[in-house]
Amino acid sequence: MMFEQFKRRAETAHAEVHRFPSKTEAVDFLADLLRHEAPADGTSPAALIAPCPLLTPADRERLAALPGVSLDVTRERAAAATFGVSQMDWALADTGTLVQDATDIALRLVSTLPAVHVALVTTAALVPDLPTLLPRLSPAKSRHLAFITGPSRTADIERVLTIGVHGPKRLITLFIDADGITA
Amino acid sequence: MNAFKTSIRDALANPNLTGALGKFSEAYKVNRAKAYEGIDFEALRDTIATSKAHAAAHLDELAERFTRNAEACGAKVFRASSPQAARDYILGVAKKGNVKTIVKSKSMASEEIHLNAALEAAGVAVSETDLGEWIIQLAGQTPSHMVLPAIHMTKEEVADLFSKAVEERLTSDIPRLVAVARDTLRPRFLAADMGISGANIAVAETGSIVLVTNEGNARLVTSLPRIHVALVGVEKLVEAFADIAPILKALPRNATAQALTSYVSVITGQTPNTDGTPKELHIVLMDNRRSEMAADPQFKQALQCVRCAACLNVCPIFRLVGGHVFGKVYTGGIGTILTAWFDALKASGDIQGLCIQCGACKEVCPGKIDIPALIMELRRRLVREEGLPAAQKAIFAVVNNRPLFHGMLRAASLAARPLSKGAFIRHLPLFLSGLTDGRSLPAIAAVPFRDRFRKISQPPCAERAVFFAGCLIDFAYPEMGEALVRILNKAGIEVVFPEKQTCCGAPARYSGAYEVAAQNAIDNIGALLDERTTYVVSACPTCTDALAHEFGAVFESLGMTEWLDKAKALAAKTVDFSTLVTRLIDEGRLALPEGAADARGTVTYHDSCHLKRTLHAEQAPRQLLRRAGFTLTEMFECDTCCGMGGSYSMKLPEIAAPMLQRKLRNIRETGAPAVAMDCPGCVMQLRGGFDQDGAGVRVCHTLELLDEALRDA
Repeated sequence: MMFEQFKRRAETAHAEVHRFPSKTEAVDFLADLLRHEAPADGTSPAALIAPCPLLTPADRERLAALPGVSLDVTRERAAAATFGVSQMDWALADTGTLVQDATDIALRLVSTLPAVHVALVTTAALVPDLPTLLPRLSPAKSRHLAFITGPSRTADIERVLTIGVHGPKRLITLFIDADGITA
Repeated sequence: MNAFKTSIRDALANPNLTGALGKFSEAYKVNRAKAYEGIDFEALRDTIATSKAHAAAHLDELAERFTRNAEACGAKVFRASSPQAARDYILGVAKKGNVKTIVKSKSMASEEIHLNAALEAAGVAVSETDLGEWIIQLAGQTPSHMVLPAIHMTKEEVADLFSKAVEERLTSDIPRLVAVARDTLRPRFLAADMGISGANIAVAETGSIVLVTNEGNARLVTSLPRIHVALVGVEKLVEAFADIAPILKALPRNATAQALTSYVSVITGQTPNTDGTPKELHIVLMDNRRSEMAADPQFKQALQCVRCAACLNVCPIFRLVGGHVFGKVYTGGIGTILTAWFDALKASGDIQGLCIQCGACKEVCPGKIDIPALIMELRRRLVREEGLPAAQKAIFAVVNNRPLFHGMLRAASLAARPLSKGAFIRHLPLFLSGLTDGRSLPAIAAVPFRDRFRKISQPPCAERAVFFAGCLIDFAYPEMGEALVRILNKAGIEVVFPEKQTCCGAPARYSGAYEVAAQNAIDNIGALLDERTTYVVSACPTCTDALAHEFGAVFESLGMTEWLDKAKALAAKTVDFSTLVTRLIDEGRLALPEGAADARGTVTYHDSCHLKRTLHAEQAPRQLLRRAGFTLTEMFECDTCCGMGGSYSMKLPEIAAPMLQRKLRNIRETGAPAVAMDCPGCVMQLRGGFDQDGAGVRVCHTLELLDEALRDA
């Protein structure tokens, strides 16, 4: 129910939304996506994966073994990469919004500079709306809270909607029903 | 022609401007309504207005609390009382940090203090990064709109600017232009030493700033450079973290009809830089007369503004003239008010006159600011400080003397006769000719209502109502008064017409001449308050509004409290025609002819501003027309002002005329042979318009159509 609402809202905001029964299928999907759409040019990695608690060391190793994929996020690499992968902490159903404690600069680098941002999130992280989420947040600890609804957009020239101005041109959200660590 | 009139003329003659803005404003209303589906906007804005009013009343306390909490998280907070202090502080930070280049995300506060010019004078290169702001920076212009700074420019103009900036001939392909902006600005983000942002909200409880954006530039501005400066007007403060939810619900919906913008960033204190060092975060809390506003009993509510620009988007004047006519920083309705405070009261002298007082902005303001009332207050204070122009002074000297005023109206009837043809004056001589541009004016009636009334014989009735005719029905449309008498008589009400009634005071009030309006109110109270009558009925919504609300407000603002009880007594009896007749039908005292529904043909209805937005009576006439056997077909933008606005159409005919043309087009497009309304002023405007337009649409007051239905029965 909340997922359906999220999906509808996020898609209205031009996000792509996928859902997987477990983390294994999500990682398979991600690996496929990176293999096909993020070919390395050899000089710098095409895809950067920021620390994601959902990914086990084995998952990370598997993804890092793909050509052009790196786990080492720096400013220079993020500026050159096409794909950035990070994990989101919450999702707001009523606006199709992903929410992240982005205090770690690596999380912001991979979600702002590359043309495509792939966001991992658990279905359990869905909450109905912002008023429900706010009491759970602690700004003093989460120094940079990022709310993301669809890709970057502008309508500053003649009110014509154009996707992808300074931020990502695509936002691909992967919902995972069970985190797969305990399963 | 003065510079202000020239700027209006230039704007109206700019087809790019009026075309783009016109289309945007039409789409905006539809999209905004869609964005609010299922949301109780009134409840939402009550919550926002309450939290913002609370913050405005405790600015100092909240600023201190914000400072404590932000500094506990490593931010440096500087409280700047003036633009100079804010500029000096930011220049100091730049100098100390050896800053060579700066990237900026959108900040109206930085426009307010002309920050870029100061930084550039100090040898620092500043790049705006919001696409619209970058466009106007390249063009050397100022924003014409708070949210859409470059809405006045075409893609061809943008292509020219970008072509020069990147030294490559670009076409006007918008996705390509956006890509050029991305590619050109990306290296600047990565190289900049300092990022400057504004903030949409500042939270005292947590010391957080909240940034609402779509392009993603603010995320880069606040993340990549090693120093971040946020310039924040103190009115952005709210007390609690929970207060941000309602603002984030209304702001995107009102600004761009989005449920939420692509990005919202909540930044609290220092965060790590990409090299691992802690980022320098400076938050400049700027006052610039906001505390003075907070202490002003009227203008404190202007601090409830969340800068969504909805008041610009729905303004029928803004869509014709755009932002630059209003000035260089804040534009539109709220901009007029902010300019008067942040710049000077005198600076609002011309632009406050742009407001036609239609009230459209008040309906959509998420901070519940009564923008039209505040603009009236500016007008009043301007007149108090600088006096009325000589011509107006002469006019009001007449309006203030009822026998003289009415005598002159009678004389005008004779004097204008050579100019009039049938029921209209088609051409006026010389400097007055602008008044008949696209519109004919009604000829003053040969016999005013006050003289005709004496000849009406009324049946014996148990109840009595005072009729307040207002100048237009009395002297231009006496037949409307006669119809009203017939209708009320049928309901068993005798109509009384006290001859000492005079102008309702609206023209004086709209000119800021409150003393004149007060004298009008006193004269009318004397004439109209009569224990033997149940109602004071008017068929003019502006007059009804004056009697029901404004007499008291004028007395209060002049401190004439001894008159308040009488004003209240009069207000309690005052009712507009359609509301009264609806009540009489509901009470079974008046029956409309039985017959087939839709027997009387099709009519479209024009909402008069005061009937809808101050009397909230827009449903009553629609029901009456349906009950009387008319089929109602709604026009596009039925509640958009027709451009009459009392004397507005005489002061700014160049703006009123295109408003009228748009209204005529919307009426014509319904295909209805007749248009009904409840205001004789609108009747005058639309009859005059259709007389020159030749479309043959019949323009009627609702009471005329009801009178016909009752007479045919």
